[in-house]
Amino acid sequence: MNPPPRRIHYLNNGYGARSWLLTTDHKRIAILYLLTITLFFMLGGLFALGIRLELLSPRAWLVQPETYNRMFSLHGIIMVWFFLIPSIPTVFGNFLVPMMVGARDMAFPRLNLASWYVFAVGGLFTILVTLLGGVDTGWTFYTPYSSTYSNSYVLLTATGVFVTGFSSIFTGINFIVTVHTMRAPGMTWFRLPLFVWANYATALILVLATPVLAITLFLIGMERLFGVGVFDPRLGGDPLLFQHLFWFYSHPAVYIMILPGMGVVSELVACFAHRRIFGYRFVAYASLAIALFGFLVWGHHMFVAGMSMYGGLVFSFLSYLVAVPSAIKVFNWTATLYKGSIRLATPMLFAIGFIGLFTIGGMTGLFLAALAVDVHVTDTYFIVAHFHYIMVGGMVMAYMGALHFWWPKMTGKLYPERLAILSAIIVFVGFNLTFFPQFVLGYMGMPRRSIFYPPEYQWLNVMSTAGASILGVGYLFPFLYLFWSLARGAEAGPNPWDARGLEWEFADSPPLPENFAETPVNDREAYAYDLPAREMAPSQALARQNKAVELERKQT
Amino acid sequence: MNGKRHSTIAATALLLGNDAWAAAADRGIQFFPEQASSVARQVDYLFFFLVFICTIVGVGIALALIYFSIRYHHTRAADRGPIRINTLKIEIAWSVIPLAIFMVIFVWAGWLYFHLQQMPTTTALQIYGIGQQWMWTFQHPGGVREINDLHVPIGRDVKMILTSEDVIHSFYIPDFRVKQDVLPDRYTYVWFKATKLGAFHLFCAEYCGTYHSGMRGMVYVMQPDEYQRWLAGREPAGGLAEKGRRLFSQLGCASCHVAGAGVRAPLLQNLYGRQVRLDDGRTITADDPYIRDSILLPQKDVVAGYPPVMPTFRGIVKEDETLALIEYIKTLREAAEGAPR
Repeated sequence: MNPPPRRIHYLNNGYGARSWLLTTDHKRIAILYLLTITLFFMLGGLFALGIRLELLSPRAWLVQPETYNRMFSLHGIIMVWFFLIPSIPTVFGNFLVPMMVGARDMAFPRLNLASWYVFAVGGLFTILVTLLGGVDTGWTFYTPYSSTYSNSYVLLTATGVFVTGFSSIFTGINFIVTVHTMRAPGMTWFRLPLFVWANYATALILVLATPVLAITLFLIGMERLFGVGVFDPRLGGDPLLFQHLFWFYSHPAVYIMILPGMGVVSELVACFAHRRIFGYRFVAYASLAIALFGFLVWGHHMFVAGMSMYGGLVFSFLSYLVAVPSAIKVFNWTATLYKGSIRLATPMLFAIGFIGLFTIGGMTGLFLAALAVDVHVTDTYFIVAHFHYIMVGGMVMAYMGALHFWWPKMTGKLYPERLAILSAIIVFVGFNLTFFPQFVLGYMGMPRRSIFYPPEYQWLNVMSTAGASILGVGYLFPFLYLFWSLARGAEAGPNPWDARGLEWEFADSPPLPENFAETPVNDREAYAYDLPAREMAPSQALARQNKAVELERKQT
Repeated sequence: MNGKRHSTIAATALLLGNDAWAAAADRGIQFFPEQASSVARQVDYLFFFLVFICTIVGVGIALALIYFSIRYHHTRAADRGPIRINTLKIEIAWSVIPLAIFMVIFVWAGWLYFHLQQMPTTTALQIYGIGQQWMWTFQHPGGVREINDLHVPIGRDVKMILTSEDVIHSFYIPDFRVKQDVLPDRYTYVWFKATKLGAFHLFCAEYCGTYHSGMRGMVYVMQPDEYQRWLAGREPAGGLAEKGRRLFSQLGCASCHVAGAGVRAPLLQNLYGRQVRLDDGRTITADDPYIRDSILLPQKDVVAGYPPVMPTFRGIVKEDETLALIEYIKTLREAAEGAPR
């Protein structure tokens, strides 16, 4: 008798460099993205470390202002475009959207691979800029400083971001077409997991907003290179035009960064409360509402910029409207816990952390939309604290939650739970100690992007730096034990969380190269936690085995 | 860019800035900015209202998360049946109630913003501010000029007319709760009424390059008579308008803009604040930006009945000289005696 065939899955389906670099498997592309953005997260984190260390003293003690300005600029550029925007969509979206809708791959697998190459090229530009000496415009590239006055590598940086934008657009197109055309039988729109809804809404923004950023960066290039007057008043341009164009992209980009995190939290809360998401349709529609209203509020970044007062009033009003769907989501997640059967595993701790920190971040957004308060706190550390509560407290928490939740599915291994719980707690404590003092600093009036500051702000800055070092430990920790689990972790099995969803119920861990042995037929609502988890029918299990044998033969 | 000039300014800012700030350092540990202007308290009331609402909601959500996590922990026996409440009503409730609260905040904040944007009338003390990489220059009406520091009297409306020589800066006094971006080639305005004597921080809040955070100073609020004495000790002969008058003749403005000149050009007596009919049918108020545009962009607002023959003075007059010219034109009140000499 032959020995039982080795199970073929997407990870052992070829080992050479070619099998990775020329793959069109959405799961392998997700892993390529995971490695790439982890690298950028560490690079951006190093700059954050430099910033926090420098701010221990009100005078320049570690670096000179030139260096400090480059550190916060690169921190922002790397974290926004090379970590936050791609993070959940390109890693977990790539891995999960096809599986969740019951498809074998994305609609355009080669476009998907191309998006990674384009992203990598954009990233190389940014790394080149870092090696050459950096850029000092801040991530916002405000004109005419960026277009005329800055003596740093503005063009090279803008080119990197410009190129990376195409990667966003490719990913967005793929998500939209995949969700529209590749859903399995029975997977109707309102049976889709909320993670898919969130990524669908994100994809709409990616496709519609990113071209505006590309145009804006192109115009900066024209002005810097050829003196075409667009933004610099000395050339007949208007510097406020830049801000309108930039925020027309960059405010929706905020929702590109947070919506996928909201999708993750919906999955985690439902699984670990063992209950259908409260108000499923409201949460799904809230994603679309956020995507739509997100395009109408860019002016709230410009209340003191010299825009008309009536413009300010309109943008303030619209900003309060966009706050409603976010509030709806928070209330629905909380209500999902009611009458649940709650397990406080690591992903759930990250999800609860997300809800708490996102709530603080969102509510401080109400302060900033309040015109007269915004006049005082805009461009101070209040803003810095606010968006870090959304981006780090929200998005990075969701990212960490997703990483732990789907790690068994992606690798087939369980991570060590106790260490992971410890790291979730360290991250939560470190985060709050880092960023809460910055709200106080901001209301006291400390402007952002300042290497020098008055001595009375020092004690709060020292607190913040202390918190940042705790936060750093919290991020390094998972890096170590997740790697450890690859070699030593226990076998996960197809559905270690007793979760619902096609990726858990119909696919192995790690999944087959083509995800499912046969196309799953969905007969249920999403999050049917009142029913037992589906198991693959014996016929399907058999088909899967045959498939595996067949693949094994093909390989040898 | 002139690198040498910049490094000199930067070194000065470093030295002066830190010394000036050391003087203010005896404030000790603070959690909250001072309320040193007429609007500070109003802004803070709104801020406290927001803190109050958000604390209630935030603590409520946190308590609900903690309570449910314990009450419905999978190890505890609990009712886990279907929810017997109308979920649609709940969804509507927690959409509409937050929206109503948001609208209260919007109206309150918008009303206050409206108040902040209404510039005080002519009784206000007008001070010009020019931002450049990386220092502030302030120009008092009498001609006194100061760098980075700003002296103002207590209890009087002060209207700042702001512009920039290069990139965007932002004029920010936290203890007054006022901030306004300062743009090149444009005037922006901000007003305040100081209500507390003392020294308060002045920052540039918009990142403007290498020594952005060195572009800072102190605002000194003084008793009105003390302010007058401070001015008197520094006033140059003739003041800002006198400087403008000299420029007016140096630049050759008088060869057109006086009665009986060779080229027929609009006369400037009693111009400031008047309604001016333009060639394209519009009517415009002759305020600071209008006069500035007429000097730098003469083809933009051509006065009805005059040929568009004035050359631009862009690149010839600097921002502070433009301000001096405007100040001089403001003094041309009486046709008989105020005519350019």
